[in-house]
Amino acid sequence: MSSTSNTTTIGTIGAPSRRNTELALLVFAVIIPVFAYINVGLAKEDTVPAGVLGYALGLGLLAGVAHLVVRKWAPYADPLMLPVSTLLNGLGLVFIWRLDQEPQITTPQLGGAMAPGQLMWSTLGVALFLGVLIFLKDHRVLQRYTYISMVAALVLLILPVFFPARFGARIWITIPGVGSLQPGEFAKIIIAIFFAGYLMVKRDALALASRRFMGLYLPRGRDLGPILVIWALSLMILVFETDLGTSLLFFGLFVIMLYVATERTSWIVFGLLLSGAGAVAVATFESHVQTRVHNWLNPLELLNGGVTETAQAMYSFGSGGILGSGLGQGYSRLIGGIAPKSDYILATVGEELGLAGVMAILLLYGLLIERGIRTALAARDPFGKLLAVGLSGAFALQVFVVAGGVTGLIPLTGMTMPFLAQGGSSVIANWALVAILLRISDTARRPAPAPAPSTDAEMTQVVRP
Amino acid sequence: MSELTLTVMRLGFLAVLWLFVIVAVQVIRSDLFGTRVTQRGAARRGGQEQQRGAQRQTAAPPQAQRRQESGRGGNSRQRRGAPTKLVVSEGTLTGTTVALQGQTISLGRAHDSTIVLDDDYASSRHARIYPDRDGQWIVEDLGSTNGTYLERTRLTTPTPIPLGAPIRIGKTVIELRK
Repeated sequence: MSSTSNTTTIGTIGAPSRRNTELALLVFAVIIPVFAYINVGLAKEDTVPAGVLGYALGLGLLAGVAHLVVRKWAPYADPLMLPVSTLLNGLGLVFIWRLDQEPQITTPQLGGAMAPGQLMWSTLGVALFLGVLIFLKDHRVLQRYTYISMVAALVLLILPVFFPARFGARIWITIPGVGSLQPGEFAKIIIAIFFAGYLMVKRDALALASRRFMGLYLPRGRDLGPILVIWALSLMILVFETDLGTSLLFFGLFVIMLYVATERTSWIVFGLLLSGAGAVAVATFESHVQTRVHNWLNPLELLNGGVTETAQAMYSFGSGGILGSGLGQGYSRLIGGIAPKSDYILATVGEELGLAGVMAILLLYGLLIERGIRTALAARDPFGKLLAVGLSGAFALQVFVVAGGVTGLIPLTGMTMPFLAQGGSSVIANWALVAILLRISDTARRPAPAPAPSTDAEMTQVVRP
Repeated sequence: MSELTLTVMRLGFLAVLWLFVIVAVQVIRSDLFGTRVTQRGAARRGGQEQQRGAQRQTAAPPQAQRRQESGRGGNSRQRRGAPTKLVVSEGTLTGTTVALQGQTISLGRAHDSTIVLDDDYASSRHARIYPDRDGQWIVEDLGSTNGTYLERTRLTTPTPIPLGAPIRIGKTVIELRK
């Protein structure tokens, strides 16, 4: 043994692949919704529901295929994202199926039973997830499409204006014979790609060329341009599509990414001021937004002989208490319409699982977002960092906007709880989002390749006398 | 279905849900990595030894100890309390360790030194550290320009090294540890 072989260096440890951890968590994440499914059946009909085997096999199959693809194509990816997404999606399916059991809100006029459709959308979502993982070998490829994504996102955002409004908001496009689609859900991923590519190039100009004034960095006028354009755009979405959620999502996403790229607190101050001013201005003349704000401020006001949906959702949370009424034993059907399955699904969770359950669900969202931010920290390239922050930021904003709206913290906006709520576009887009995050985390956690041996480091042949 | 069963299922479901959250947090906790010890010489001869050398020092100290013992294998005449490794505690090579196995360790800027010093104040063959017949480790200055210091004194003759005493060469400080 030569003396050099015992020389050691202390360095950072490489990440193990953690695929087996993921598998174990995934099994857990499939068992919990199956348990919930049986629980609903026992509570409602005193029998184990007939479809339980098919449901368990279906969810298990989706999770298993997703796991195998991750193992093959993204072996170093984060171990937590896939199980948490699977659990949330599975629980969402159980809750939608559970609400399908209420005859009052499952009439043909309201679209009938929605769980089978949602299961189909989830399958499509997982298929897209697999497609992204298999065909997107390196997330930096997306950087080439910076400006194309900008155009694509604008088109997706503007399209719904040409379609009729549904439930007071123009956020759907209808393709005859196929169904309707919420392009905003896909636009949030595409616009994160644009922001990441754009800010990566411009961040030095935005961060450094500024004057200091009262502890704030004031950016130059021409650097302020993009943020004003995005602000105007989000206001236009608000005015023409009367969709508070989407406009908040885009502006918030831009401010988050701007802050991360430049490390300047002043952007957050500007962002909050601008969005506050914009929201107040629009709320003064747009009747749809006014109604939402009015309902938020006066939830208990009587309308058409009953209280508002906002109040119904609060009653749901209240009757749930700390531990909830038990799965299948709540009365969230009283909210009426299809709202309990889409916008207000968190109210059902709150009533049947109680505060403890809502906190667990929100923590699961928090864990997913934390893993996204963690991926951004670990990523080695600036584009990957910004993209990971952008995607998890969009996800976080969406969870905040929906959960805040349902619990009465902010006015309700028409967005869907990611993975949990009924809605095809949402579930497909969020699976794609998780796939991109997994791709970035696979690149970030992959052990660095061994450096090529340099000729200088080779041992010199010394001839000793 | 009886009230009792449903209550048990309700609480059981919440417990399972929270168990998942707690397990997930535990996974995050175990996902924070410590440091690892890489064999510097091994990289040139192929990854096999590097694999063996790659280990968590913070997470698995017993394993690290075992490896050092196996590395010393066969050298049974080593006394108890004798130093087992040489550690660079200051300078550009901070963190580098060399297992002491009765071999002579040369220090200097020359490429064939055991520890190649990247230091303007070091000579190409600066000093050497070797065990004498009793297993006592000795440091000897090899006529360097700027000298080798044991604690505060400049070495003139080969001197036994007490455990943990700093040997200073230019900006580099090394010491022997158990």
